Amino acid sequence: MSEQPLLEVKDVETFYGKIQALKGVTMEVNSGEIVTLIGANGAGKSTLMMTICGNPRAAAGQIIFDGQDITNLPTHEITRMNIALSPEGRRIFPRMTVYENLIMGATTSDPAYFDKDLAHAFELFPRLKERKDQRGGTLSGGEQQMLAIARALMARPRLLLLDEPSLGLAPLVVKQIFEAIKMLNEQDGLTVFLVEQNAYHALKLANRGYVMVNGTVTLSGTGKELLASEEVRAAYLEGGAH
Amino acid sequence: MEYFLQQLINGITLGSIYGLIAIGYTMVYGIIGMINFAHGDIFMVSSFIALIVITALGLTISTGLGLTILALILVLVTAMVIASVYGWTTERLAYRPLRGSFRLAPLITAIGISIVLQNYIQITQGARVKPLQPIIADGYTLMTRVDANGEFAVQISNMQILIIVVTIILMTIFSLIIAKTSLGRAQRACEQDRKMASLLGINVDRTISMTFVMGAALAAVAGLMFLLYYGVIDFFIGFVAGVKAFTAAVLGGIGSLPGAMLGGLVIGLIETLWSAYFSIEYKDVAAFSMLAIVLIFLPQGLLGKPEVEKV
Repeated sequence: MSEQPLLEVKDVETFYGKIQALKGVTMEVNSGEIVTLIGANGAGKSTLMMTICGNPRAAAGQIIFDGQDITNLPTHEITRMNIALSPEGRRIFPRMTVYENLIMGATTSDPAYFDKDLAHAFELFPRLKERKDQRGGTLSGGEQQMLAIARALMARPRLLLLDEPSLGLAPLVVKQIFEAIKMLNEQDGLTVFLVEQNAYHALKLANRGYVMVNGTVTLSGTGKELLASEEVRAAYLEGGAH
Repeated sequence: MEYFLQQLINGITLGSIYGLIAIGYTMVYGIIGMINFAHGDIFMVSSFIALIVITALGLTISTGLGLTILALILVLVTAMVIASVYGWTTERLAYRPLRGSFRLAPLITAIGISIVLQNYIQITQGARVKPLQPIIADGYTLMTRVDANGEFAVQISNMQILIIVVTIILMTIFSLIIAKTSLGRAQRACEQDRKMASLLGINVDRTISMTFVMGAALAAVAGLMFLLYYGVIDFFIGFVAGVKAFTAAVLGGIGSLPGAMLGGLVIGLIETLWSAYFSIEYKDVAAFSMLAIVLIFLPQGLLGKPEVEKV
């Protein structure tokens, strides 16, 4: 335990108006890991992602990235610390081309790397290369998800936050996207924090996982442990114990 | 036919001025969804700035052509810079603190800022109409017709050429800024999804400020053109011109840059042609009726984008 984690979330609480969405969440992501957060709808998974990015801001607690307290930094400066998010609902710029979307992703990175990063993104998702000059809004759901991930990668992140990349996609596309995530982690050593409802896939992919219920983390362990856990099987996996 | 041609030239000139102002409305609306009712008054303030600088430089009709052009560029730049400062300041002081407040708050504030600017100019510059002697004379006769009624000449004045050329140049420059530069991309990104733009590292507040600055700079160009073309200004010109330009922006499709330019031209032409063929008193009625008709059949305006593109 000599090395400090890349991302540390300590007792974070977040409110939407008077409604408390996060009730003291503590978790961490170590460098080089894939960590997943699973939980039901409305458990606060996406809220945790957005709170890490400073929008909404944590009302209490601390978020530490690479030893630096980022709890109160403005969102655009948090991004500058090389944290990139592929958000829930993908949020592609619909009236910009695929290429322009990728340029937007590279806002904070050194322009010297742009061509190399672009080639890398197209290598990962060849479909995007074919659609380069097409408007984001005209892409299919799966292509938009690829674009959202590729756009996040253009920021040369040290930590990639992925919010439900499998949502609403065909099983084959889901598989493709999970393979891409795995490749990024294994080949490029990218640290990934993944929020998923598709618990089975996510836990199989991840080194470690957390289970969130009603704004608190109730369970944590390695991917294998959680997959084997009765509690997780019953609540989140199809055909689980029952 | 000749008469129509003449009105066409006049209408395009007027439309250019409206179009320049309309861009400010449409860009600000596009990025923060707010109608900046003080924009017309930024235009008014900048026409006063232009008048002051012209007077200070001692520019008259007898100044040589080369010197006049140099001086006008100086006037234009000064007016654009100072107007930008006004635009930036109003956004920073009056609108930014209200961001995230309820939707009507910035709108009402904008009306307040409009009143403040009008009264500020009325007090500091006086309520009377300010005249400016023409400093650009002459023009070209394109064609003449002689018949029983006498002679009719279709003319385009140097002033009109100047207005149309400057408008085309500036609109091209601004379109390129929006389409090709990182600032323009940031503006479009903020327009489409402000939260996502900030997640990608865009400083949204600064991008919005820059939008106000660009709008104000274009309004300053219109302010100078208006002053030179009509030769009289007062503290109230911003209201009428502002409402017309706003109409132009809505007509063209609010949020759309080419729409604002087209809307400006349409409003300018309708007004001029109506005055020429029907009655000059009802030119505003004609312009606003046109707006109503277009909005009934094309609610998003001439070039506006439909609300939803895809899931």
